[in-house]
Amino acid sequence: MTMLPKIVLLVAALGLTACKNPDRYGANGPSGANGGAGAGYVNTNGLGDPSDPRSIAYFNQSVGDRVLFPVDQSTLTAEARGVLAGQAGWLATNADYAIIIEGHADEQGTREYNLALGARRAAAVQDFLIAQGVSPSRMRTISYGKERPIEVCSDEGCYAKNRRAVTVLSMGAGA
Amino acid sequence: MIFERFPCKTGANRAKPKGQSRPDKTPVQNEDRMTPIKSLTTALLLGLASLVALPAQAELNITIDSPVIEPMPFAVPDFIDEGGAGDYATNIARVVAADLAGTGLFIETPKDAYISRVTSFDAPIAYADWQAINTQALITGAVQAGGDRIVVKFRLYDVASGQPLGDGLQFAGTPQSWRRMAHKVADAVYSRITGEGRYFDSRVVYVAESGPKNQRQKRLGVMDYDGANVQYLTDSSSIVLAPRFSPNGDRILFTSYASGFPAIYLMDVGSLKTRNLGEVPGTMTFAPRFSPDGNTVVFSLEKGGNSDIYAMDIGSGQMNQLTNAPSIETSPSFSPDGSKIVFESDRSGTQQIYIMSARGGEAVRVSGGKGRYSTPVWSPRGDMIAFTKQNEGRFHIGVMLTDGGEERLLTASFLDEGPTWAPNGRVIMFTRESAGASGQAGMMSVDISGRNLRQIPTEGPASDPSWSPLLP
Repeated sequence: MTMLPKIVLLVAALGLTACKNPDRYGANGPSGANGGAGAGYVNTNGLGDPSDPRSIAYFNQSVGDRVLFPVDQSTLTAEARGVLAGQAGWLATNADYAIIIEGHADEQGTREYNLALGARRAAAVQDFLIAQGVSPSRMRTISYGKERPIEVCSDEGCYAKNRRAVTVLSMGAGA
Repeated sequence: MIFERFPCKTGANRAKPKGQSRPDKTPVQNEDRMTPIKSLTTALLLGLASLVALPAQAELNITIDSPVIEPMPFAVPDFIDEGGAGDYATNIARVVAADLAGTGLFIETPKDAYISRVTSFDAPIAYADWQAINTQALITGAVQAGGDRIVVKFRLYDVASGQPLGDGLQFAGTPQSWRRMAHKVADAVYSRITGEGRYFDSRVVYVAESGPKNQRQKRLGVMDYDGANVQYLTDSSSIVLAPRFSPNGDRILFTSYASGFPAIYLMDVGSLKTRNLGEVPGTMTFAPRFSPDGNTVVFSLEKGGNSDIYAMDIGSGQMNQLTNAPSIETSPSFSPDGSKIVFESDRSGTQQIYIMSARGGEAVRVSGGKGRYSTPVWSPRGDMIAFTKQNEGRFHIGVMLTDGGEERLLTASFLDEGPTWAPNGRVIMFTRESAGASGQAGMMSVDISGRNLRQIPTEGPASDPSWSPLLP
């Protein structure tokens, strides 16, 4: 490992908070590894240098941290499987990251069903990553149902982006 | 609050409306907690006899299920101050009026139309003066306050027939409970005139919301059924969802992200003491509801992406899996007798409503119309199931018989969901959310006839109401 100590420290500190409470949507606004709604692509919140292929920022932007689902579906599309294969490859060479897979739904559904649907989506991603060799002990899933959309309009353009599963990384896998 | 018993005087002129059979034949519960007071002296036998002779429409009686309802005009003059009452005399009368008018079954006669004034609780009623302004029901009352005690009494008069309807009632409590006493007066009036059970003296637990749509903050609140007397039970540090009252209102079940992962919690309403109901690592628990005896929780548990319904004995923590299918099974709700559970499942491909034994086993599908059916809740009367329906891009709140028959959609909007029943099984409250980036949730109520759709006034956006039982 040739990471700069500074970055390791930063990421480790983030990892601690993220492990303690995976709800990065808590009361204090977006926090944690991927930032929050729409803010996750800027290297201002400790995600590392996006040009560093070992950084979370690189994972989020270049590998792709999320996959999208058709309405009321949790089956992975071909495109999603491509993204997840890339995630699995990256996670194999960056084995120190712990993984939380968030499942989300759009607002066109009842609250409890959408929680279950989000869980299905997160599990579909987890199952795929396990099949690709990612250790189950590194991963947990969480469903937010329709509680945390990233897009707030009420038409399909927004819904499509909200029907997602996001792979959220933090330092300290199984350690 | 303690309602005191007073020596029972004769209820001789209890003039019962005699219309044809009423929807709810059970006698009004808890009326014995309020004490009949000595009735006005009238020609009782004569009064009863003349009542029998009167044609049906002359009686003070509303049958809510009539196809058309003409709201009944009523008057509630400020209650008489019989010592120390202060603002209570007016405030209690105002809450009584708001309760009655809020049903859509009654319409208040404006005060400036009054011809005669009620200056004493025991003075004879000038019926002609009230008849002249077309008031049909007159409610008079008196308040006495002193120390830590407030005494409220009232009488209900059938203006057209010129006599009291039922006994006067009197009850006492602390000054802090004045709104409850007003609700109890209104409950008695509503129940006598409609034949329906009471529901005004009840509370609602819900989720108070704030913040933008992509960062919604949520905390539990509890309020009177009409939105007053709000108390917050949690802060906004974690997402909380879908609270549910226990059958006697002493505890609340809800789903919280407090541990970081969604799980069901049990809160004691008095102490606010809260405990996680046995989180199983790697699973999500949600959609909890009490059994009618309050000893069991039914809920969904998700493992590996699959949600099934479980029951847990609250005392022992013993869990029992009730469904076992690769589909989503959620939103379970007990029948009032505790023998059955209604729930939703997408085992057919879309969300539909099913009923199974409370011990699990074979389930029978009851929803049969077009669209998706979810969030079933069994009526406290046992005869109906309220649900959310999605069809052709719209959301509806509806009711159906427990065999799926006589489906009736009560609302339609961009997003309606999550019905909860008033204690009398007559009114439903639910969440309505508006569309778009600035969309917000609010709570609405509607009669099961589909009439009287109303917004519940809350401080801010609110969702996921759960109605308490009638308070003791």
